[in-house]
Amino acid sequence: MTSRLVLRQVEIALGAFHLAIDVELQPGCVGVFGPSGAGKTTLLEIITGLRRARKGHIALDDAVLTDVESRKWIPPHLRRIGYVPQDLALFPHLNVRGNILYGAPKSNNGTEPSVDSLIEILDLGPLLDRRIAGLSGGERQRVALARALSAKPRLLLLDEPLTGLDQDRKDSVLEYLRQLRRRWAVPMIYISHQADEMADLCDEILVIRDGKLAARGRPGDIFEPAERPAWRLKRALCVSPEQGHVEEA
Amino acid sequence: MDSSSDLQLTASDTHAIVLTLVSALLAVLVDLAPGVAVAWLLARKQWPGKSVVETLVALPLVLPPVATGLLLLDLLGRNGLLGGALEALAFEIVFTWKAVAVAMAVMSFPFIVRGARIAFEAAGDRPEQVAATLGASPLRVLFSVTLPIAWRGITAGAVMAYARALGEFGAVVLVAGNIPGVTATISTTMYNDILTGHDQHALLLAAISIVLAFALILTGEQLLRRTLP
Repeated sequence: MTSRLVLRQVEIALGAFHLAIDVELQPGCVGVFGPSGAGKTTLLEIITGLRRARKGHIALDDAVLTDVESRKWIPPHLRRIGYVPQDLALFPHLNVRGNILYGAPKSNNGTEPSVDSLIEILDLGPLLDRRIAGLSGGERQRVALARALSAKPRLLLLDEPLTGLDQDRKDSVLEYLRQLRRRWAVPMIYISHQADEMADLCDEILVIRDGKLAARGRPGDIFEPAERPAWRLKRALCVSPEQGHVEEA
Repeated sequence: MDSSSDLQLTASDTHAIVLTLVSALLAVLVDLAPGVAVAWLLARKQWPGKSVVETLVALPLVLPPVATGLLLLDLLGRNGLLGGALEALAFEIVFTWKAVAVAMAVMSFPFIVRGARIAFEAAGDRPEQVAATLGASPLRVLFSVTLPIAWRGITAGAVMAYARALGEFGAVVLVAGNIPGVTATISTTMYNDILTGHDQHALLLAAISIVLAFALILTGEQLLRRTLP
């Protein structure tokens, strides 16, 4: 899977908040780091098509998803962009199997990941007939990941997927994410305000602050080792006279 | 009707009970699709005139039922906006069993909208959004996510609407009249009984109404409670 995402002069205004992004992302795992309210989730919603940009151009590989000038806009269901929102939004009326199979293509055209291999790698076999209401936080995260991946997305967007989990469960889900990347090289955009998670998983980091791209680079360029947590945003990136303070992870 | 037969159901009573039950069912069935659509629009979308529609939908709850009946009579009567056109098509509504169903449908519409709207708002739009990112078309999202998640609230609203329709009096009596064996419902038959001094018979019909209403409200409330988070 290769997916190069281009966001060219994309802008959206939500009340007093204004997001303006111009960036080209290479395939791999791109982390989007920033404080609450920086515009991380809004950015993902624009990429999925759940929010419409006021200006700009968005393309995934050769497919134009949004081009405001020419009034081109592909609806979310035709974009093939997987999305795991922070609240997961699992379907409560379906069991685990129903959730995972919801977006899976009817005929398996042989492309990976297959539903069976997802169930295997995410250890979901014993949960298939369970109701969503009876699952733990970590189990729900795995179901949401499997559901998004079973639709064979060209790009997977993860919005703070480890929020609300204790450290053991975080480590466990992170290990599943590493396995997914190793096995299928699924291109991902991963939102978090935890430097640890990103340093561990991502190839490139974007720092967003007040709706603007404040910095980008490899994890080593953006984060520096620390005691607790093991990584934090470099001090040089924390404060900028123009853009204010970025919370340390 | 002598006093000993006051505690027995007559053929007219049976007709009134069946007419009430069937007309109320028809009213709810007719209300269901537009009621759910309006509820979805109110719960999910922002549009010009939304508050006007919200007010219009709630109007039958606060207007005297007789006033609603009067408006319906003006609309559906021979000289009314719709009545004339319907008569030209040989379709008469006023003072027929159809008028009973129409009056019940108008009076119970807010209950369907309320139940469905609460259910849509409780579910939120995130599952619908995620379903779209999984490749589901808007129609598939509606039938595989929106309605299944909200079905309890919709059913609760429908049950409450049915209960409301069963007890409707003011609008029904104005637009359908109170003709025994033709348009008389449980409520209007009770009214006749009271006017003619057959209080015991009216109480018998009241008891039937109480049992029906109790069972329906209990069912509706339980379904609604299970819908709320």
